[in-house]
Amino acid sequence: MAFFLHFCQWLGNTPFSTAIRESIWWYPIIESVHVLGLCLFVGLLLLWDLRLLGVTLRGVAVSEVWARLIPWISLGAVIMVMSGILLFVSDPVRFYGNVFFRIKAFGLFLALLNALAFHFGIERRLVDWDTAPETPRAAKLAGGFSIALWAIVVMTGRLVAYNWFAPLV
Amino acid sequence: MPAVFQWIEHSWLGTSVNNSLWAFAAIESLHLLALAVIGGAVLVVDLRLLGWVFPRQTVAEVARDARPWLIGSVIGMILTGVPLMASLAFSKYYTNEAFWLKMYFFLAALLFTFTIRQRVAFGDPARANSLIGKTVGIVSVLLWSGVGIMGRGIGFY
Repeated sequence: MAFFLHFCQWLGNTPFSTAIRESIWWYPIIESVHVLGLCLFVGLLLLWDLRLLGVTLRGVAVSEVWARLIPWISLGAVIMVMSGILLFVSDPVRFYGNVFFRIKAFGLFLALLNALAFHFGIERRLVDWDTAPETPRAAKLAGGFSIALWAIVVMTGRLVAYNWFAPLV
Repeated sequence: MPAVFQWIEHSWLGTSVNNSLWAFAAIESLHLLALAVIGGAVLVVDLRLLGWVFPRQTVAEVARDARPWLIGSVIGMILTGVPLMASLAFSKYYTNEAFWLKMYFFLAALLFTFTIRQRVAFGDPARANSLIGKTVGIVSVLLWSGVGIMGRGIGFY
C-alpha cells in the first residue's frame, strides 16, 4: 500500500495536479461534468437494469434495449471515468485516505464483477428469454445487484466531500 | 419572503437537519441518487424524440414506460430537496443566486415536461417524430441540465 501512497504524493505534486487544485474554475467545471455525466451513465444504466428486472420496457427485446442503450451508457462511462480521474488527480492523497472514497472504489469493483458475472452467466442463454417480458431469476439478481451497487457508488461518491473521519494514510 | 425563509429555517425540519452532523450529507446523497433516476427517465424520452434511441418504438411507448420513474424521481427530488433547503433557508439559500436560478429552471422544466413535452410525446406520432419533437427534446435536455448545473452551483456560489 505504501506504493499507492507514494504514487499519490508524486501525482499531487505534479504541475497538472496543482493547476486543477488551485484554479477557481477547473474544479467546479469538472465536478459539474461529473454530475451531469451521472444522469447519462447511471440514469440510462438504471433503465437497462430495470429491463433485467422485468419492470420497464417489457415490450422491447432485452437484446434491443442493450443495443440501443449501450452507446449512450458507454459515452456516459467515458465522461464519468475521465472527469473522475481529473477530480482524483486534483488532490490524490486526500482522496486516497478518504474512507468513503475507498468504499466507492470497492463498490465500483463489485459492480464490474456483477456485470462480468451476468455476461458470462445468464447472458449466454439470452436467446431463450430475450423477448419475454418476465426475465429469469439470475437476470433479476444481476439487475438488482447492479442497482444496489451503483446506488452505493453514487451515495459514497457524494460523501467523499466530507472529512468526518481521520485520513486512512 | 425573507420572513418565510426565516420561518422555514427555524422550523422543526430546518433546525433538525441543521443541528445534525449526518442529516444534510445523508439526504444530499439521496438527492443525488434521485438525480440519476430523473436523468435516465428524462433523457431516454428526449433521446427518443431526437430519434437517437429506440427508433423501432414510438415516442409514446418510451414515454409511457419512463413516466412512473419520472414522476417518482421528481417526488423523491422534492422530498429530499425541501429538508436540504430548510436547513439554511434564510442564511444560505435565500441569498444564493444559484439556488434561485435552479428553482426557476426547475419550475420551467416541470411545466415544460408535463405540458408541452407530454402532449407532443403522447400525441400525433408524425408530429412527435418531426422537427417539433426534436426541438422539444433539445429544450427539455437544456432545461433539466440547467437545474443540475445550478444545483451544483449552489455549493460554489
